[in-house]
Amino acid sequence: MRFFRILGRSIRDAFKSVGRNFSLSLASISCIIVTLIIVAVSIIIGYNVDNFSSELKKDLTIVAFVSNEADDLNIAKLKMDIESISNVESVSFKSKQDIKKEMMLEDEAFENAMSNWDESENPLQNTYLIKVKDIEKIGETATAIKNLDSIDVVKYGEGMVDQLVTVFKVVQKVSIGTVVALTLMTMFLIVNTIKLTIFSRKREISIMRLVGASNFAIKIPFVVEGMILGFIGSIIPVCAMIYGYYAMYNYFGGKLFTDLIKLVSPEPFIYIASLVVIFVGIIVGMIGSGRAVRKYLKV
Amino acid sequence: MEFIKFNGVTKQYKNGVVAIYDLNLSIEAGDFCFIIGGSGSGKSTLIKMLYREEKPTKGEIILGGVRVNKLRNSNVYKLRRKLGIVFQDYRLLPKCNVYENVAFALEAIGVKKSEIRPKVLKAIELVGLKSKLRDYPDNLSGGEQQRVAIARAIVNDPKLLICDEPTGNLDPVMSKEIVELLATINSKVGTTVIMVTHDKTIVNSMKKHVIALKDGRLFKDYKEGEYIDEIL
Repeated sequence: MRFFRILGRSIRDAFKSVGRNFSLSLASISCIIVTLIIVAVSIIIGYNVDNFSSELKKDLTIVAFVSNEADDLNIAKLKMDIESISNVESVSFKSKQDIKKEMMLEDEAFENAMSNWDESENPLQNTYLIKVKDIEKIGETATAIKNLDSIDVVKYGEGMVDQLVTVFKVVQKVSIGTVVALTLMTMFLIVNTIKLTIFSRKREISIMRLVGASNFAIKIPFVVEGMILGFIGSIIPVCAMIYGYYAMYNYFGGKLFTDLIKLVSPEPFIYIASLVVIFVGIIVGMIGSGRAVRKYLKV
Repeated sequence: MEFIKFNGVTKQYKNGVVAIYDLNLSIEAGDFCFIIGGSGSGKSTLIKMLYREEKPTKGEIILGGVRVNKLRNSNVYKLRRKLGIVFQDYRLLPKCNVYENVAFALEAIGVKKSEIRPKVLKAIELVGLKSKLRDYPDNLSGGEQQRVAIARAIVNDPKLLICDEPTGNLDPVMSKEIVELLATINSKVGTTVIMVTHDKTIVNSMKKHVIALKDGRLFKDYKEGEYIDEIL
Protein backbone atom coordinates (compact mmCIF):
# COMPACT_ATOMS: atom_id res chain seq x y z
CA MET A 1 0.00 0.00 0.00
CA ARG A 2 2.85 2.34 0.89
CA PHE A 3 4.26 1.67 -2.60
CA PHE A 4 1.01 2.79 -4.26
CA ARG A 5 0.73 5.86 -2.03
CA ILE A 6 4.28 6.87 -3.04
CA LEU A 7 3.51 6.14 -6.69
CA GLY A 8 0.30 8.18 -6.54
CA ARG A 9 2.12 11.07 -4.94
CA SER A 10 4.90 10.82 -7.54
CA ILE A 11 2.43 11.02 -10.41
CA ARG A 12 0.75 14.06 -8.81
CA ASP A 13 4.15 15.69 -8.23
CA ALA A 14 5.27 14.93 -11.77
CA PHE A 15 2.22 16.68 -13.25
CA LYS A 16 2.77 19.62 -10.91
CA SER A 17 6.41 19.81 -11.97
CA VAL A 18 5.52 19.79 -15.67
CA GLY A 19 3.22 22.75 -15.00
CA ARG A 20 5.64 24.53 -12.68
CA ASN A 21 8.52 24.33 -15.16
CA PHE A 22 6.19 24.99 -18.06
CA SER A 23 8.58 26.77 -20.42
CA LEU A 24 11.21 24.09 -19.92
CA SER A 25 8.66 21.32 -20.35
CA LEU A 26 7.37 23.01 -23.50
CA ALA A 27 10.89 23.06 -24.97
CA SER A 28 11.27 19.32 -24.33
CA ILE A 29 7.79 18.54 -25.63
CA SER A 30 8.51 20.54 -28.81
CA CYS A 31 11.68 18.54 -29.41
CA ILE A 32 9.83 15.30 -28.79
CA ILE A 33 7.11 16.39 -31.25
CA VAL A 34 9.65 17.11 -34.00
CA THR A 35 11.51 13.87 -33.33
CA LEU A 36 8.39 11.74 -33.21
CA ILE A 37 7.02 13.25 -36.43
CA ILE A 38 10.22 12.18 -38.16
CA VAL A 39 10.04 8.80 -36.39
CA ALA A 40 6.45 8.45 -37.65
CA VAL A 41 7.42 9.35 -41.22
CA SER A 42 10.32 6.90 -41.03
CA ILE A 43 8.01 4.14 -39.78
CA ILE A 44 5.58 4.81 -42.63
CA ILE A 45 8.32 4.86 -45.27
CA GLY A 46 10.17 1.90 -43.76
CA TYR A 47 7.08 -0.27 -43.49
CA ASN A 48 5.86 0.60 -46.97
CA VAL A 49 9.27 -0.10 -48.47
CA ASP A 50 9.40 -3.39 -46.61
CA ASN A 51 5.91 -4.28 -47.77
CA PHE A 52 6.68 -3.32 -51.35
CA SER A 53 9.89 -5.31 -51.44
CA SER A 54 8.19 -8.41 -50.05
CA GLU A 55 5.37 -8.02 -52.62
CA LEU A 56 8.00 -7.65 -55.29
CA LYS A 57 9.76 -10.75 -54.04
CA LYS A 58 6.52 -12.66 -54.33
CA ASP A 59 5.98 -11.52 -57.94
CA LEU A 60 9.51 -11.67 -59.19
CA THR A 61 10.04 -14.56 -61.58
CA ILE A 62 12.91 -15.75 -63.76
CA VAL A 63 11.67 -16.81 -67.17
CA ALA A 64 13.90 -19.41 -68.84
CA PHE A 65 13.21 -20.03 -72.52
CA VAL A 66 13.89 -23.62 -73.53
CA SER A 67 15.55 -24.32 -76.86
CA ASN A 68 13.12 -25.63 -79.49
CA GLU A 69 15.58 -28.43 -80.16
CA ALA A 70 15.09 -29.92 -76.70
CA ASP A 71 13.00 -33.10 -76.63
CA ASP A 72 10.63 -34.15 -73.83
CA LEU A 73 13.37 -36.01 -72.02
CA ASN A 74 15.66 -32.96 -72.08
CA ILE A 75 12.83 -30.75 -70.82
CA ALA A 76 12.11 -33.09 -67.89
CA LYS A 77 15.82 -33.29 -66.98
CA LEU A 78 16.08 -29.53 -67.20
CA LYS A 79 13.43 -29.14 -64.49
CA MET A 80 15.46 -31.32 -62.14
CA ASP A 81 18.62 -29.35 -62.95
CA ILE A 82 16.90 -26.03 -62.18
CA GLU A 83 15.42 -27.37 -58.92
CA SER A 84 18.89 -28.45 -57.79
CA ILE A 85 20.07 -24.79 -57.73
CA SER A 86 20.07 -23.72 -54.08
CA ASN A 87 18.32 -20.33 -54.41
CA VAL A 88 15.41 -21.79 -56.41
CA GLU A 89 12.16 -21.91 -54.51
CA SER A 90 9.75 -23.31 -57.13
CA VAL A 91 9.74 -24.19 -60.81
CA SER A 92 6.71 -24.37 -63.08
CA PHE A 93 6.56 -25.31 -66.75
CA LYS A 94 4.59 -23.48 -69.42
CA SER A 95 4.46 -25.04 -72.85
CA LYS A 96 4.51 -22.97 -76.02
CA GLN A 97 0.96 -24.13 -76.74
CA ASP A 98 -0.20 -22.74 -73.40
CA ILE A 99 1.58 -19.47 -74.06
CA LYS A 100 -0.04 -19.22 -77.45
CA LYS A 101 -3.49 -19.77 -75.88
CA GLU A 102 -2.87 -17.15 -73.23
CA MET A 103 -1.72 -14.59 -75.77
CA MET A 104 -4.72 -15.23 -77.98
CA LEU A 105 -7.00 -14.64 -75.02
CA GLU A 106 -5.17 -11.48 -74.08
CA ASP A 107 -5.46 -9.59 -77.34
CA GLU A 108 -7.60 -9.79 -80.46
CA ALA A 109 -4.67 -8.95 -82.73
CA PHE A 110 -2.74 -11.91 -81.33
CA GLU A 111 -5.79 -14.10 -81.82
CA ASN A 112 -6.08 -13.16 -85.47
CA ALA A 113 -2.41 -13.71 -86.12
CA MET A 114 -2.01 -16.94 -84.18
CA SER A 115 -5.26 -18.72 -84.99
CA ASN A 116 -3.87 -19.99 -88.25
CA TRP A 117 -0.64 -21.41 -86.81
CA ASP A 118 -0.42 -25.16 -86.61
CA GLU A 119 1.88 -26.88 -84.12
CA SER A 120 4.94 -26.99 -86.38
CA GLU A 121 4.67 -23.27 -87.20
CA ASN A 122 4.42 -22.05 -83.55
CA PRO A 123 7.56 -19.90 -83.13
CA LEU A 124 7.11 -19.49 -79.37
CA GLN A 125 9.31 -21.38 -76.95
CA ASN A 126 8.57 -23.65 -74.01
CA THR A 127 9.41 -21.83 -70.77
CA TYR A 128 10.21 -22.50 -67.17
CA LEU A 129 8.97 -19.94 -64.59
CA ILE A 130 11.26 -19.88 -61.59
CA LYS A 131 10.71 -18.23 -58.18
CA VAL A 132 13.76 -17.51 -56.04
CA LYS A 133 14.26 -17.55 -52.27
CA ASP A 134 16.62 -14.57 -51.99
CA ILE A 135 15.88 -11.66 -54.31
CA GLU A 136 19.39 -10.26 -53.86
CA LYS A 137 20.89 -13.39 -55.48
CA ILE A 138 18.53 -13.40 -58.45
CA GLY A 139 21.31 -12.39 -60.85
CA GLU A 140 23.55 -15.32 -59.85
CA THR A 141 20.64 -17.74 -60.06
CA ALA A 142 19.68 -16.49 -63.53
CA THR A 143 23.27 -16.99 -64.72
CA ALA A 144 23.34 -20.52 -63.30
CA ILE A 145 20.11 -21.35 -65.15
CA LYS A 146 21.37 -19.79 -68.38
CA ASN A 147 24.43 -22.08 -68.24
CA LEU A 148 22.27 -25.20 -68.27
CA ASP A 149 21.97 -27.22 -71.51
CA SER A 150 18.91 -26.56 -73.65
CA ILE A 151 18.31 -23.05 -72.23
CA ASP A 152 18.29 -20.33 -74.84
CA VAL A 153 17.54 -17.12 -73.01
CA VAL A 154 16.88 -16.09 -69.39
CA LYS A 155 14.97 -12.94 -68.43
CA TYR A 156 14.24 -11.50 -64.95
CA GLY A 157 14.10 -7.73 -65.37
CA GLU A 158 17.83 -7.45 -64.75
CA GLY A 159 19.15 -3.98 -64.04
CA MET A 160 15.83 -2.68 -62.69
CA VAL A 161 15.68 -5.31 -59.94
CA ASP A 162 19.27 -4.71 -58.90
CA GLN A 163 18.63 -0.98 -58.71
CA LEU A 164 15.44 -1.43 -56.71
CA VAL A 165 17.17 -3.72 -54.22
CA THR A 166 19.91 -1.13 -53.75
CA VAL A 167 17.41 1.74 -53.34
CA PHE A 168 15.40 -0.24 -50.76
CA LYS A 169 18.50 -0.97 -48.75
CA VAL A 170 19.55 2.70 -48.73
CA VAL A 171 16.06 3.93 -47.78
CA GLN A 172 15.84 1.47 -44.92
CA LYS A 173 19.32 2.32 -43.62
CA VAL A 174 18.63 6.08 -43.81
CA SER A 175 15.29 5.61 -41.99
CA ILE A 176 16.87 3.60 -39.19
CA GLY A 177 19.82 5.99 -38.91
CA THR A 178 17.53 9.04 -38.73
CA VAL A 179 15.33 7.47 -36.08
CA VAL A 180 18.30 6.44 -33.92
CA ALA A 181 20.03 9.84 -34.21
CA LEU A 182 16.89 11.82 -33.40
CA THR A 183 15.97 9.53 -30.54
CA LEU A 184 19.40 10.04 -28.98
CA MET A 185 19.13 13.80 -29.47
CA THR A 186 15.73 13.87 -27.76
CA MET A 187 17.04 11.79 -24.88
CA PHE A 188 19.85 14.30 -24.44
CA LEU A 189 17.32 17.16 -24.30
CA ILE A 190 15.18 15.31 -21.77
CA VAL A 191 18.26 14.64 -19.63
CA ASN A 192 18.83 18.40 -19.55
CA THR A 193 15.20 19.23 -18.77
CA ILE A 194 15.11 16.78 -15.89
CA LYS A 195 18.53 17.98 -14.73
CA LEU A 196 17.15 21.51 -14.41
CA THR A 197 14.05 20.18 -12.63
CA ILE A 198 16.30 18.32 -10.21
CA PHE A 199 18.29 21.50 -9.66
CA SER A 200 15.14 23.55 -9.00
CA ARG A 201 13.96 20.92 -6.50
CA LYS A 202 17.30 20.36 -4.79
CA ARG A 203 16.03 21.52 -1.38
CA GLU A 204 12.97 19.31 -1.61
CA ILE A 205 15.15 16.34 -2.53
CA SER A 206 17.57 16.96 0.34
CA ILE A 207 14.65 17.11 2.80
CA MET A 208 13.21 13.91 1.35
CA ARG A 209 16.54 12.18 1.92
CA LEU A 210 16.75 13.41 5.50
CA VAL A 211 13.24 12.36 6.49
CA GLY A 212 13.86 8.85 5.19
CA ALA A 213 12.25 8.77 1.76
CA SER A 214 13.46 5.71 -0.15
CA ASN A 215 15.52 6.07 -3.33
CA PHE A 216 12.49 4.87 -5.23
CA ALA A 217 10.30 7.61 -3.73
CA ILE A 218 12.89 10.25 -4.61
CA LYS A 219 13.59 9.10 -8.15
CA ILE A 220 10.18 8.03 -9.38
CA PRO A 221 8.61 11.53 -9.74
CA PHE A 222 11.36 12.46 -12.22
CA VAL A 223 10.97 9.26 -14.22
CA VAL A 224 7.20 9.78 -14.32
CA GLU A 225 7.79 13.39 -15.41
CA GLY A 226 9.90 12.14 -18.33
CA MET A 227 7.17 9.69 -19.28
CA ILE A 228 4.54 12.46 -19.18
CA LEU A 229 6.71 14.69 -21.41
CA GLY A 230 7.13 11.76 -23.82
CA PHE A 231 3.43 10.99 -23.85
CA ILE A 232 2.31 14.60 -24.36
CA GLY A 233 4.95 14.98 -27.07
CA SER A 234 3.57 11.97 -28.94
CA ILE A 235 -0.03 13.22 -29.22
CA ILE A 236 0.50 15.69 -32.10
CA PRO A 237 2.72 13.32 -34.17
CA VAL A 238 0.17 10.52 -33.76
CA CYS A 239 -2.73 12.74 -34.89
CA ALA A 240 -0.67 14.06 -37.80
CA MET A 241 0.36 10.54 -38.77
CA ILE A 242 -3.18 9.11 -38.76
CA TYR A 243 -4.72 12.06 -40.58
CA GLY A 244 -1.79 12.44 -42.99
CA TYR A 245 -1.60 8.77 -43.95
CA TYR A 246 -5.33 8.48 -44.57
CA ALA A 247 -5.21 11.66 -46.69
CA MET A 248 -2.22 10.39 -48.69
CA TYR A 249 -3.74 6.93 -49.15
CA ASN A 250 -7.03 8.35 -50.43
CA TYR A 251 -5.33 10.98 -52.60
CA PHE A 252 -3.17 8.40 -54.40
CA GLY A 253 -5.88 5.73 -54.38
CA GLY A 254 -3.73 3.27 -52.49
CA LYS A 255 -0.93 3.30 -55.10
CA LEU A 256 2.15 5.45 -55.43
CA PHE A 257 2.76 6.68 -59.01
CA THR A 258 2.34 3.24 -60.62
CA ASP A 259 0.23 0.13 -60.07
CA LEU A 260 3.46 -1.61 -59.08
CA ILE A 261 3.90 0.33 -55.80
CA LYS A 262 0.93 -0.33 -53.55
CA LEU A 263 0.60 1.52 -50.24
CA VAL A 264 -0.12 -0.48 -47.10
CA SER A 265 -3.80 -0.28 -46.17
CA PRO A 266 -4.26 2.27 -43.30
CA GLU A 267 -6.10 -0.17 -41.06
CA PRO A 268 -4.75 -1.58 -38.83
CA PHE A 269 -1.25 -0.43 -39.87
CA ILE A 270 -1.56 3.24 -38.91
CA TYR A 271 -3.03 2.45 -35.47
CA ILE A 272 -0.28 -0.02 -34.68
CA ALA A 273 2.27 2.54 -35.89
CA SER A 274 0.61 5.15 -33.60
CA LEU A 275 1.02 2.85 -30.62
CA VAL A 276 4.68 2.39 -31.58
CA VAL A 277 5.16 6.19 -31.73
CA ILE A 278 3.49 6.68 -28.31
CA PHE A 279 5.58 3.84 -26.90
CA VAL A 280 8.78 5.37 -28.34
CA GLY A 281 7.81 8.76 -26.82
CA ILE A 282 7.21 7.30 -23.37
CA ILE A 283 10.31 5.11 -23.43
CA VAL A 284 12.52 7.97 -24.67
CA GLY A 285 11.13 10.19 -21.90
CA MET A 286 11.60 7.50 -19.30
CA ILE A 287 15.15 6.57 -20.30
CA GLY A 288 16.14 10.24 -20.64
CA SER A 289 14.89 11.11 -17.16
CA GLY A 290 16.25 7.85 -15.74
CA ARG A 291 19.71 8.79 -16.99
CA ALA A 292 19.42 12.32 -15.57
CA VAL A 293 18.28 10.99 -12.21
CA ARG A 294 21.11 8.49 -12.06
CA LYS A 295 23.69 11.08 -13.06
CA TYR A 296 22.55 14.12 -11.08
CA LEU A 297 20.71 12.66 -8.12
CA LYS A 298 23.13 11.08 -5.71
CA VAL A 299 20.82 9.13 -3.42
CA MET B 1 20.89 2.03 28.73
CA GLU B 2 23.36 2.97 25.99
CA PHE B 3 21.48 4.26 22.94
CA ILE B 4 24.41 5.57 20.91
CA LYS B 5 27.90 4.15 21.00
CA PHE B 6 31.04 5.14 19.08
CA ASN B 7 33.77 2.48 19.30
CA GLY B 8 37.20 3.61 18.05
CA VAL B 9 35.67 5.67 15.22
CA THR B 10 38.03 7.38 12.77
CA LYS B 11 36.91 9.40 9.77
CA GLN B 12 39.38 10.41 7.11
CA TYR B 13 38.08 12.27 4.06
CA LYS B 14 39.27 11.56 0.54
CA ASN B 15 41.46 14.68 0.58
CA GLY B 16 43.40 13.17 3.48
CA VAL B 17 41.91 15.32 6.26
CA VAL B 18 41.25 13.31 9.43
CA ALA B 19 38.07 14.83 10.91
CA ILE B 20 37.55 12.28 13.73
CA TYR B 21 40.29 10.21 15.29
CA ASP B 22 39.75 7.08 17.40
CA LEU B 23 36.60 8.41 19.07
CA ASN B 24 34.91 6.46 21.88
CA LEU B 25 31.72 7.79 23.45
CA SER B 26 28.29 6.75 24.54
CA ILE B 27 24.93 8.50 24.98
CA GLU B 28 22.06 7.06 27.00
CA ALA B 29 18.50 6.68 25.73
CA GLY B 30 16.45 9.74 26.67
CA ASP B 31 19.60 11.82 27.20
CA PHE B 32 19.93 15.50 26.20
CA CYS B 33 23.48 15.89 25.01
CA PHE B 34 25.38 18.91 23.72
CA ILE B 35 28.29 18.42 21.34
CA ILE B 36 30.66 21.36 21.61
CA GLY B 37 33.99 22.24 20.05
CA GLY B 38 35.69 24.81 17.87
CA SER B 39 35.67 24.97 14.10
CA GLY B 40 37.21 21.84 12.61
CA SER B 41 36.82 19.87 15.83
CA GLY B 42 34.72 17.22 14.06
CA LYS B 43 31.24 18.06 15.45
CA SER B 44 29.48 18.08 12.09
CA THR B 45 31.29 14.97 10.89
CA LEU B 46 30.22 13.19 14.06
CA ILE B 47 26.54 13.87 13.53
CA LYS B 48 26.77 13.25 9.78
CA MET B 49 28.04 9.77 10.62
CA LEU B 50 25.04 9.30 12.94
CA TYR B 51 22.54 9.80 10.14
CA ARG B 52 24.85 8.00 7.69
CA GLU B 53 25.58 10.97 5.46
CA GLU B 54 29.21 9.96 6.03
CA LYS B 55 30.68 6.55 6.76
CA PRO B 56 33.49 6.04 9.28
CA THR B 57 36.82 4.94 7.85
CA LYS B 58 37.43 2.78 10.93
CA GLY B 59 35.51 1.72 14.01
CA GLU B 60 31.89 1.05 14.79
CA ILE B 61 28.80 3.20 15.41
CA ILE B 62 25.77 1.64 17.11
CA LEU B 63 22.49 3.56 17.20
CA GLY B 64 19.51 1.92 18.92
CA GLY B 65 21.02 -1.51 18.33
CA VAL B 66 21.71 -0.83 14.62
CA ARG B 67 25.29 -0.94 13.36
CA VAL B 68 25.11 2.27 11.33
CA ASN B 69 28.48 1.75 9.63
CA LYS B 70 27.37 -1.67 8.37
CA LEU B 71 24.13 -0.38 6.86
CA ARG B 72 23.81 -0.87 3.12
CA ASN B 73 23.17 2.32 1.13
CA SER B 74 19.81 0.97 0.05
CA ASN B 75 18.73 0.65 3.70
CA VAL B 76 19.87 4.06 4.98
CA TYR B 77 16.35 5.48 4.56
CA LYS B 78 15.06 3.02 7.18
CA LEU B 79 17.52 4.45 9.73
CA ARG B 80 16.55 8.02 8.85
CA ARG B 81 12.88 7.32 9.48
CA LYS B 82 13.81 6.79 13.13
CA LEU B 83 15.66 10.12 13.31
CA GLY B 84 14.67 13.77 13.26
CA ILE B 85 17.23 16.24 11.91
CA VAL B 86 17.26 20.01 12.40
CA PHE B 87 19.71 22.42 10.74
CA GLN B 88 20.87 25.95 11.34
CA ASP B 89 19.33 27.14 8.03
CA TYR B 90 15.88 25.55 8.75
CA ARG B 91 15.64 23.99 5.26
CA LEU B 92 11.95 24.71 4.77
CA LEU B 93 10.09 24.67 1.47
CA PRO B 94 9.34 28.33 0.68
CA LYS B 95 6.28 27.58 -1.45
CA CYS B 96 4.64 25.47 1.27
CA ASN B 97 2.90 26.78 4.38
CA VAL B 98 3.63 25.59 7.93
CA TYR B 99 1.20 22.67 7.73
CA GLU B 100 2.47 21.56 4.31
CA ASN B 101 6.12 21.80 5.38
CA VAL B 102 5.52 19.48 8.32
CA ALA B 103 3.22 17.15 6.36
CA PHE B 104 5.85 16.85 3.62
CA ALA B 105 8.01 14.68 5.90
CA LEU B 106 5.21 12.13 6.21
CA GLU B 107 4.03 12.32 2.59
CA ALA B 108 7.58 11.65 1.38
CA ILE B 109 7.68 8.33 3.21
CA GLY B 110 4.20 7.27 2.11
CA VAL B 111 2.23 7.67 5.35
CA LYS B 112 -1.56 7.32 4.96
CA LYS B 113 -3.39 10.61 4.37
CA SER B 114 -5.75 9.94 7.27
CA GLU B 115 -2.77 9.55 9.64
CA ILE B 116 -0.94 12.64 8.42
CA ARG B 117 -3.33 15.34 9.64
CA PRO B 118 -3.52 14.38 13.36
CA LYS B 119 0.23 13.79 13.52
CA VAL B 120 1.04 17.13 11.88
CA LEU B 121 -1.37 19.08 14.07
CA LYS B 122 0.06 17.42 17.20
CA ALA B 123 3.64 18.33 16.21
CA ILE B 124 2.71 21.91 15.33
CA GLU B 125 0.87 22.30 18.62
CA LEU B 126 3.88 20.98 20.52
CA VAL B 127 6.14 23.66 18.98
CA GLY B 128 3.52 26.36 19.68
CA LEU B 129 2.62 27.34 16.13
CA LYS B 130 -1.01 26.29 16.02
CA SER B 131 -2.10 29.83 15.13
CA LYS B 132 0.31 30.00 12.17
CA LEU B 133 -0.77 26.85 10.35
CA ARG B 134 -1.37 28.57 7.00
CA ASP B 135 1.54 31.01 7.17
CA TYR B 136 4.43 30.72 4.73
CA PRO B 137 8.10 30.65 5.86
CA ASP B 138 8.73 34.16 4.53
CA ASN B 139 6.13 35.54 6.95
CA LEU B 140 7.68 33.86 10.00
CA SER B 141 10.51 35.00 12.27
CA GLY B 142 13.75 32.98 12.42
CA GLY B 143 12.69 31.37 15.69
CA GLU B 144 9.30 30.43 14.24
CA GLN B 145 10.91 28.96 11.15
CA GLN B 146 13.17 26.86 13.37
CA ARG B 147 10.08 25.70 15.28
CA VAL B 148 8.56 24.55 11.99
CA ALA B 149 11.77 22.65 11.23
CA ILE B 150 11.60 21.04 14.69
CA ALA B 151 7.94 20.11 14.15
CA ARG B 152 8.90 18.48 10.86
CA ALA B 153 11.72 16.60 12.59
CA ILE B 154 9.52 15.23 15.37
CA VAL B 155 6.35 14.56 13.39
CA ASN B 156 7.27 10.93 12.78
CA ASP B 157 8.00 10.30 16.49
CA PRO B 158 11.77 9.80 16.09
CA LYS B 159 13.84 8.04 18.71
CA LEU B 160 16.64 10.56 18.22
CA LEU B 161 16.55 14.27 17.41
CA ILE B 162 19.80 15.56 15.88
CA CYS B 163 20.19 19.34 15.89
CA ASP B 164 23.12 20.88 14.01
CA GLU B 165 23.58 24.37 15.49
CA PRO B 166 19.83 25.09 15.52
CA THR B 167 20.33 28.45 17.25
CA GLY B 168 23.17 29.59 15.01
CA ASN B 169 21.02 32.13 13.14
CA LEU B 170 18.95 33.28 16.10
CA ASP B 171 19.24 36.04 18.70
CA PRO B 172 19.78 35.04 22.37
CA VAL B 173 16.09 35.26 23.31
CA MET B 174 14.95 33.09 20.41
CA SER B 175 17.88 30.72 20.98
CA LYS B 176 16.78 30.21 24.58
CA GLU B 177 13.20 29.52 23.46
CA ILE B 178 14.37 26.93 20.93
CA VAL B 179 16.60 25.12 23.43
CA GLU B 180 13.78 25.11 25.97
CA LEU B 181 11.49 23.65 23.33
CA LEU B 182 14.03 20.90 22.63
CA ALA B 183 14.30 20.24 26.37
CA THR B 184 10.51 19.98 26.58
CA ILE B 185 10.45 17.45 23.73
CA ASN B 186 13.20 15.54 25.50
CA SER B 187 11.42 15.43 28.85
CA LYS B 188 7.78 15.13 27.70
CA VAL B 189 8.14 12.78 24.73
CA GLY B 190 11.31 11.02 25.87
CA THR B 191 13.14 11.67 22.58
CA THR B 192 16.93 11.54 22.86
CA VAL B 193 18.33 14.91 21.74
CA ILE B 194 21.82 15.66 20.44
CA MET B 195 22.55 19.32 19.85
CA VAL B 196 25.68 20.78 18.30
CA THR B 197 26.37 24.32 19.44
CA HIS B 198 28.95 27.06 19.96
CA ASP B 199 26.85 28.89 22.53
CA LYS B 200 28.46 28.58 25.98
CA THR B 201 25.62 30.45 27.70
CA ILE B 202 23.04 27.97 26.46
CA VAL B 203 25.17 24.99 27.41
CA ASN B 204 25.77 26.29 30.93
CA SER B 205 22.15 27.33 31.44
CA MET B 206 20.89 23.85 30.62
CA LYS B 207 23.39 21.86 32.76
CA LYS B 208 23.07 18.76 30.56
CA HIS B 209 25.48 16.06 29.37
CA VAL B 210 28.20 17.70 27.24
CA ILE B 211 30.71 16.09 24.90
CA ALA B 212 33.60 18.36 24.01
CA LEU B 213 35.66 17.65 20.88
CA LYS B 214 39.04 19.07 19.97
CA ASP B 215 40.91 18.32 16.73
CA GLY B 216 38.69 15.33 16.05
CA ARG B 217 39.31 13.70 19.46
CA LEU B 218 37.21 13.49 22.58
CA PHE B 219 38.50 16.31 24.80
CA LYS B 220 36.14 15.85 27.73
CA ASP B 221 32.86 14.14 28.57
CA TYR B 222 31.09 16.47 31.05
CA LYS B 223 28.43 14.91 33.27
CA GLU B 224 25.11 16.72 33.87
CA GLY B 225 25.49 19.85 35.97
CA GLU B 226 29.21 20.44 35.30
CA TYR B 227 30.17 23.99 34.32
CA ILE B 228 31.91 24.61 30.96
CA ASP B 229 34.60 27.31 31.08
CA GLU B 230 35.02 27.80 27.37
CA ILE B 231 34.07 26.35 24.05
CA LEU B 232 37.34 25.09 22.64
